[in-house]
Amino acid sequence: MNSAWSFILIPVIAICFIPFLKVGVKAIAVYAVVSFVAILTSFVAIEALLGHPFNYTLPGSYISGPIRLQIDALSAWFMLIINFGFLTGGFYGLFYMSAYRNQPKNLTLSAILFVLLHTALISLCAIQNSFVFIVAWEIMALSAFLSILFEHEKVATVRAGINFLIQSHVSIICLIIGFIWVASQTGSYDFNAIHAYSLTHPGALSMQLYLIFFIGFSIKAGFVPFHTWLPYAHPAAPAHISGIMSGLLIKIGIFGILRMLLLIKVDYLSIGILILLISVISGVYGIMLAILQHNLKKILAYSSVENIGIIGIGIGLGCIGLGTNNPILSSLGFAGALLHTLNHSLFKSLLFFAAGNVYQATHSLDIEKMGGLIKKMPHTAFLFLLAALAISGLPPFNGFISEFILYSGLLNMIHSASMVSLLGIIFTVTSLVAIGGLATICFTKTFGVVFLGNPRHNFQHEVKEVSQFQLLPLYFMATFIVLIGLFPNVFLDILVSPVKLFTDLQQLPFNSFRGEGIETLTLVSAGGLYFILVILLLLGIRKLVLRKRMTSVSSTWSCGHIAPTAKIQYSGSSFSRTYSKLFAMFFQINKIEKDVQGVFPIDAHTETHIYDKVEKWLIDYPISSLKYFLSRFLFIQNGKLQFYILYGIAFIIMALTIPLIYHQIILFIDFLKLL
Amino acid sequence: MLSLLLIILAATFFTGIIIRTKSIASGRKGPGIFQPIKDVIRLFKKGAVYSETTSFVFQIAPTIYFASVFVAMLVIPFGQSKGIISFNGDFIFFAYILGIGKFFSIIGAMDTGNSLEGMGASREALYSMLAEPAFFILMGSLALLTGYTSFQAIFSALHLGSSISYALAVMAAFVFLMIAMIENSRMPLDDPKTHLELTMVHEVMILDNSGFDLGIILTAGYLKFAIYGAIIFNLFSGTIAYQYAIPMFFGVQVFLAFVVGMIESFMARFRMNHNAQFIVVLSSVSLLIFFGALLVSGKFL
Repeated sequence: MNSAWSFILIPVIAICFIPFLKVGVKAIAVYAVVSFVAILTSFVAIEALLGHPFNYTLPGSYISGPIRLQIDALSAWFMLIINFGFLTGGFYGLFYMSAYRNQPKNLTLSAILFVLLHTALISLCAIQNSFVFIVAWEIMALSAFLSILFEHEKVATVRAGINFLIQSHVSIICLIIGFIWVASQTGSYDFNAIHAYSLTHPGALSMQLYLIFFIGFSIKAGFVPFHTWLPYAHPAAPAHISGIMSGLLIKIGIFGILRMLLLIKVDYLSIGILILLISVISGVYGIMLAILQHNLKKILAYSSVENIGIIGIGIGLGCIGLGTNNPILSSLGFAGALLHTLNHSLFKSLLFFAAGNVYQATHSLDIEKMGGLIKKMPHTAFLFLLAALAISGLPPFNGFISEFILYSGLLNMIHSASMVSLLGIIFTVTSLVAIGGLATICFTKTFGVVFLGNPRHNFQHEVKEVSQFQLLPLYFMATFIVLIGLFPNVFLDILVSPVKLFTDLQQLPFNSFRGEGIETLTLVSAGGLYFILVILLLLGIRKLVLRKRMTSVSSTWSCGHIAPTAKIQYSGSSFSRTYSKLFAMFFQINKIEKDVQGVFPIDAHTETHIYDKVEKWLIDYPISSLKYFLSRFLFIQNGKLQFYILYGIAFIIMALTIPLIYHQIILFIDFLKLL
Repeated sequence: MLSLLLIILAATFFTGIIIRTKSIASGRKGPGIFQPIKDVIRLFKKGAVYSETTSFVFQIAPTIYFASVFVAMLVIPFGQSKGIISFNGDFIFFAYILGIGKFFSIIGAMDTGNSLEGMGASREALYSMLAEPAFFILMGSLALLTGYTSFQAIFSALHLGSSISYALAVMAAFVFLMIAMIENSRMPLDDPKTHLELTMVHEVMILDNSGFDLGIILTAGYLKFAIYGAIIFNLFSGTIAYQYAIPMFFGVQVFLAFVVGMIESFMARFRMNHNAQFIVVLSSVSLLIFFGALLVSGKFL
C-alpha cells in the first residue's frame, strides 16, 4: 500500500469511527489522525523540497480521467505551512474546545470537519486534475463553512457563515468556468492541459483565463475588493478555526494564484502590475479599516487583508521581474511572498489564539470592555505583544525579514527602471511604509487597550490565564517567529527550490540568493542580534543602578486629579480618533447618538459603527438593486392557494403542449426568418 | 566606529546649544550647554516611582526605546568610514529599528492608564506614521541618484556637481531636519516647554517615567538629534579627508542646533490638526527631490 492511498484511507476510516468515541478519546483520536497525516505528508514534502518531487497517478474514474498527484517544491512549501498550522492549531483546539464538553454532538461534527479540512487543504496542494480539484475545493469550503457555524445559536454566526458560503461559491463558480473552458477546448481535466492550452493560445485568451482563475482564487485569499467575507467569518468561528482560516485557508488562494502562474503562460509584466496594484490597495485599505474596529477578531481579520496585500506585492514584483528578465527582482519578489506566507500564518494564528484566550477569559471580544489583562494573563499578553511586533514588520522579528526582502527587490529595480516604473516603485515603497506605520497604530492600539491600563469593565466571573498546555503551541509558534527573524538564511535556503520553479518560467539565471539575498540578510540578522544584545546589556545596567536606588510604587500621575476612575482612560476609539478624522473619506462611520436632554437627564449614549465602503458599493448596493427589481414580481407570490394551483396547471399545460407544437414553433420561426 | 564616537560627542552638546540659543534669543543668559547631560546624570542618581497600574511593559519600554536609537546610530556612517552595521538597504533597517522603539514608547505610555498619556501616544503613532514616507521617498531618491542602496555607499557617491544637486541636497537637509524635529517632538509640531498636557505629544508620554528610565529616554532624544545631524552632515561631506571632516561635522551639528533653537524661538506651535498637513508636506518635498533626482539622472521622460 503506498502513501497516497494511506493518506486517503486514514482520514476516511477516522471519520467513520469518530462519532462513536467518548468526548475525551475523540479529541485525542482526531489529533492523532491529523498528526499522522501531517507527518506522512511532511515527509513527502521535505523530500520534494530537497529536489525529489513526488508523482503518483490514481486510476480515477470515467468522468475525471486519471488523477495525477504531484508534489513539487511549491506544493511542498504550502503543505509544510498547512501541517504546521494544523498541528499547533489542533493542539490549541484540544484545550480551547474543552470548554464545550457539554455539547458532544457539536464537538463530533467539529472534530470530523477538522480532519476533513486538513485533508482537503493538503490534497489541494497535490491534485493536478481540475475535476477532483473542484471536489476537494468544495469539501474545503463546506467544512470551513460548518466549522464557522460552531456557535450556531448566535444569529451573527449564522449570517457570517452564510456570507462565507455564498462568497466561496462565487469563487468556485469562477474556478469552474476556468476549468471547463480548458476542458472543453482540450478534452482533458489534467492541469497539464491548462499549460498546453495557454501555450497554444498566447496573448489575450491566456490572459482572460488567468484573470478568471485570479478572481476565483483571490476571493478565497481575500484581496480587496473580494475581502468582505473575512471580517464576518473570522470573528464568528472558534479561535483555533479562525487561526487556521486566517493562517492557512486564505493561503490556499495564494497557492492557487501561484500555481496558475506556473501553468498559464501570460504576459508577466502586465499581470505583475495588475497584481501589484490590487495588492497595494488591499494592504493599505485592509489595515486602514483594521484600526477602527472594536471587535478584537475583526481587527485581526482586516489585518489579514493587509498581509495578503503584502504577499501579493511580492507576487506582483516577482511577475514584473519575470516580465523584465530581472532574475534578482523576480527571485526576491517570490521569496518575499512565500516567506511572508509562512510568517503571516505564524503570527496571525498566534494572534488569533491569543485572542481566543482573551475570549475564554472574558467571554467578550469588544476591546472597549477590556484593559489591564496583562496582570491577569501575563503569558497571553506577552505572546500577543510578540506577534503584534512581528506583524507590524519590526526587527528583529520575522515580519521584518519578509518585508525587507520585498524592499530589497524594489531597490534593486531602481537601477534599471524608466520613469514610469520608478514612479511605480516609489508608490509601492510608500505604500509598504504606510502599511508598516498603520500597522503600528493598529497594534499599539489593540495591545494597549486590551492588555494595558486598568480594567474598563467589571466582569462577573473570574478572569484568569488559560492552562499551561494551551499556551504550549503558542510558545512554539513564538519561537519560530523569533528564529526566522534572527536566522532568516536557513529559511531562505529552503525557499531556493520553490523560487527556482518561477525563475525557470523565463529561464532566468537564478543563483540561489547568492550575492544579493543571503549576504544582506546575514547582516540584517546581525543587526537584530546587536539590538537584543544592547537591550540585555541595558537591562543589566538598569538593574544594577536601580538596586542601589529607592523605588516606590504609587498611583499613576494624573495631573493633579485625585482618584481617577478607569473610565477616564483613553479608549480604543479615542486612540484612533485623530486618525479617523484625518482619513474620514475612506470609510463610512455610522453614529447613533442620544444627547443629554432636560434638567434631569435620564441617559445618553453614543455608538459608532464602522462600515466598509467597498462592501457597501460592491455587495450591498447590487443586492438591494436586485431585490428592488425582483420585488416588481412580488405579485406572483401573493399567498393565495388558488393562484398557486393555477401556476401549477399552467406549467403542466405548457410542459405538455410545447413539445406537441414544437414543429409549428420551428415553422413559425423559419417563417419569420424568411420575412 | 568613528561615527559612533562622534555622534555621542555631538549628542552631549546638541540639545544644550538649542536651549542656549533659545535663552539668548529671548534675552536670558541661560544654562550651560552641558546642562542637559548634567540633568541626565542627576536622574541616574535618583530613585524611581512606578505606578501601580503599570506592568513589565512599562519597565522595559524605556530600555528598548533607548536600545533602538542606539542600534540605529550604529548604521550611520561618517563620510567614507562605514557604520558598524552596513549593508544594502540599511536605511530600511534604520527606520524600522527606530519603529520598534516608538512601538514600545507608545505602549509604555498606554501602560499607565493615564488618558493624557494615551493622547500623546495616539499622536506619536500617527505623526511617525505620516513622517515615514518622507524619509523613504528621500532615501529612495538618493539611491536613484547614486545607484547605491546603503547609507555609506550613497553618501560617498553623492557628488554635488550641478546647481540642481545642490538644491536637492539643501531640500534633503530640510526634510531630514524636519524629520528630526518630528522624531523629537520639537517646535512646529510640539512645544517641549508647554505646561498644558493636552497640547503635548512626547512630553506627556513620559509623564510617569522617573529616575533611570527618564534619564535614558532623554538621552535617546539627544542621540536622535545628533543622528539626524550626522545624516545631514553626510549629505554634504562627500570624500573630504578626516582632518577637515571632523571639524566640519561638529560645525554642522552646532549650526543645526542653532537653527533648531532659532526655529523654536521665532515660531509658534501649529494647531494640533494642522500637524498632519505639515507632515504630509514633507512627503511632497521629498517627492520634489525625487523628481529632481530623475532630472539629474536623465530619466525624466
